[in-house]
Amino acid sequence: MDVTKNDSMEIRLSDHVVLVRQAVRKWATDLGFSLVDQTKMITAASELARNTLDYGGGGTVRLELVKQGPRNGLRLTFEDQGPGIPDLEKALTDGYTTGRGMGMGLSGSKRLVNEFEIVSRVGEGTRVTITRWK
Amino acid sequence: MSDNVKGLSVVLTNYEAEILSDWIKEQSAALRRAGGAMKDTELRDQCAEFLRLLRTAAQGGQVENLDGPKWNDVREMLGNISRSRGLQGFSPSETASFVFSMKRPLFVQIRREFGKDAEALADTTWLATELLDKLGLYTTEVHQKAREEVILRQQQEMLELSTPVVKIWDGILALPMIGTLDSTRTQVVMESLLQRIVDTGSGIAIIDITGVPTVDTLTAQHLLKTVTAARLMGAECIISGIRPQIAQTIVHLGVDLGDVTTKATLADALVVALERTGRAVKRVQTASKGA
Repeated sequence: MDVTKNDSMEIRLSDHVVLVRQAVRKWATDLGFSLVDQTKMITAASELARNTLDYGGGGTVRLELVKQGPRNGLRLTFEDQGPGIPDLEKALTDGYTTGRGMGMGLSGSKRLVNEFEIVSRVGEGTRVTITRWK
Repeated sequence: MSDNVKGLSVVLTNYEAEILSDWIKEQSAALRRAGGAMKDTELRDQCAEFLRLLRTAAQGGQVENLDGPKWNDVREMLGNISRSRGLQGFSPSETASFVFSMKRPLFVQIRREFGKDAEALADTTWLATELLDKLGLYTTEVHQKAREEVILRQQQEMLELSTPVVKIWDGILALPMIGTLDSTRTQVVMESLLQRIVDTGSGIAIIDITGVPTVDTLTAQHLLKTVTAARLMGAECIISGIRPQIAQTIVHLGVDLGDVTTKATLADALVVALERTGRAVKRVQTASKGA
């Protein structure tokens, strides 16, 4: 898989979540995503960016344009050095939350993208990688 | 007072006129390059006043600590200059150059005073550099703060701008939401809607989200909370303006909007609202041939 373009952004304040959405919107538009695909990717990015901020205590997101054979895609990697998730299976269950949200963000964003990978170590942090192909 | 401070203060006192004219020359050249719109007389007054305050402060000794009371006047004046330049759209470096451009004229005069005494020349120059650097950084700080105030004010204005609750029929309110629904905004929206429900005694409120680009779980949660609060006050909410891509995303996210009535457009929602209040829209039969 080739990365043809990449950029990285901080997620430290709730305003940064807005900036992440705007950046994803721009990248997705430039890639030629359909309106539905754009909206799905932006919404997933919004969920994960807010998780990074609220549960991970802030972190970064890396945006990458990826190319695999003939197809192009957008890959986002959210990373934080927060407390980590002790039970991933539970965290990925609809309606489960340790905060005050709906508990749909993590599982919902998984359904909004083509590839979803989550790595979390308690006490070290969490990394979520999502990819959506055009 | 150390000898160096005394030396610097002597230079500032004895060569004030020379420093001033050189300094103004440096600055007007720089301002012209930047295309700044500042009057020569204004610049001259600022420079003369600042130099006078700087001389007075230096005569009082204590160049190391600029937070002291002796430097109050200098800091205040510098603060005013940076703030006004910041609001006029000067960049931070253009603002700081007000102070930094004094270096050359001042060093020339220091050299003239201490010409042959290399040690005193070096020490005094160092002292002057340190002093001007601190003052320059101070302008940047104030400049930044002034810009931040502008941003804060704009945020406040946007907060108010974006939440109008309009009465579209007797007993029917509409709330066209625009932009992102982060928590502060949603709070304001919710409050103004609930207040208007009380004020007008309306039974139906239409929340239109056509202008909301992204509906994620937090946005959905805020919407549902608003609907619940309105319901507690005896008003029913209809959510309208759900575009196809938003609908698909909400379904994939797994968000359940429950028993909230939703419509694609504000017009559809208005029809429902009118029906519920026992009204109907009818075309009046008139001969409109030709016109």
